[in-house]
Amino acid sequence: MDVIRFRFDGRGIEAEQGQSIGAALIAAGYRSWRSTRRTGQPRGVFCGIGVCFDCLVTVNGSPNQRACLTEARHDDQVATQEGAGRDHLAG
Amino acid sequence: MEVARTTADVLVVGAGMVGAACAYYCSAAGLRVTVLDRAAIAGGTTSACEGNILVSDKEPGAELELALLSNRLWAALGAELGAASVELHHKGGVVVAKSPEAAGGLATLTAEQRRHGIEAVDVAPDRLFELEPNLAPDITAGAHYPQDMQVQPMLATAELLRRARRHGASVHTGTTVVEFLRGSGGEITGVRTDAPDVPTISAGWVINAAGSWGGSLAELAAAPIPVLPRKGFVLVTEPLPPVIHHKVYTAEYVANVASDDAALQTSVVVESTRAGTVLIGASRERVGFDRSVSIPVLRMLARQAIGVFPFLSDVALLRSYLGFRPYCPDHLPVIGADHRAPGLVHACGHEGAGIGLAAGTGHLIAQLLTDREPDLDLAPFHPARFQEVTT
Repeated sequence: MDVIRFRFDGRGIEAEQGQSIGAALIAAGYRSWRSTRRTGQPRGVFCGIGVCFDCLVTVNGSPNQRACLTEARHDDQVATQEGAGRDHLAG
Repeated sequence: MEVARTTADVLVVGAGMVGAACAYYCSAAGLRVTVLDRAAIAGGTTSACEGNILVSDKEPGAELELALLSNRLWAALGAELGAASVELHHKGGVVVAKSPEAAGGLATLTAEQRRHGIEAVDVAPDRLFELEPNLAPDITAGAHYPQDMQVQPMLATAELLRRARRHGASVHTGTTVVEFLRGSGGEITGVRTDAPDVPTISAGWVINAAGSWGGSLAELAAAPIPVLPRKGFVLVTEPLPPVIHHKVYTAEYVANVASDDAALQTSVVVESTRAGTVLIGASRERVGFDRSVSIPVLRMLARQAIGVFPFLSDVALLRSYLGFRPYCPDHLPVIGADHRAPGLVHACGHEGAGIGLAAGTGHLIAQLLTDREPDLDLAPFHPARFQEVTT
């Protein structure tokens, strides 16, 4: 089976076909990849089924993607997210 | 089980925003208050709305006077309870129009509202974008309403009940009224409930603050009032930085609120919450207590919101929720003593304005029950106005 390779904050991560970004990150030893908007607390997968919105990452420039539901694809650029991920909208 | 004999001056049925306001003002006026709810505190429409405290959507008439009174009382409640503790925000409202017809209608409305004491400021398009920088460029006219406020309704309900308890009130959740008790003259003397710890409660007055279910409670007292549910959806976006600063809605909203059309209507209301999510309301459908989710309605709301704030097209929705707004055929709440069932006082039927109008309603009920002259003439809200309809 082909191995999926994507980038996480510039580092190479391997995933199985069909695996979520969240599962691949956990398999690679990561437990948290987002900080909360107010107090900067670390967050990773909590519910794992798309309900809690704790495991948010930025995928190919789109913020607030749920790592637990987003399938890893070749050459994805995944980035940890600070705050709401849409600071450019503030005004 | 030891069963205490429960006696109160005032028994409030319904622990939503209106019931909590009645309990707060009545207990502060020295009355002994008991509150019942068949479910939980703020478990009905109070937790399925947007926390509007609006004067901007009121046309001249009795409801406008009640909204102005309530607006002053909410400002005082904010100072007393602590605005942060209930997320009370004097954010103001902005109403926008795209078509020349909507702009003309809005200008006529603001002129009337100013004559009736509402601060309604006509705003030129360039100044409009200073108030809301992310508005769609094709908006041609607008009005600013500095008095409009927002509150987190569940927090406000809980806080008012907490204050009422400090004044000696007791609150029983999970307790359903199954029968009204009557004296020898037919007057209501209390209720029987389904709860073993409070099987009966004697009270001088029973307040019907059952919101969308106020019609059924009145029916149980053989004093029917035509309060019916109007279903409304609200969309919730992902949390955003501060991007929308006021309550923003389209001029068509006022026409829809006053509409008698049973079919689906949507006119968008958009606002940020303290948590950063943006709430997008509000559809209106008269389909009874039907809780089914309608994707076309959600889609229509989203499309209208994007029409006002184009950046929303790139923003994800987390969820939607729906609630039942308690409406009467003439779109006025029912506030006052029922002539058919002495001892029963109605405080329900506020439609989509129950959070805002709760403060005035509770205050007026407390004045009524302590033999003071009410600050407003209650005649337009009196349950007797339905006599021709219900008999």
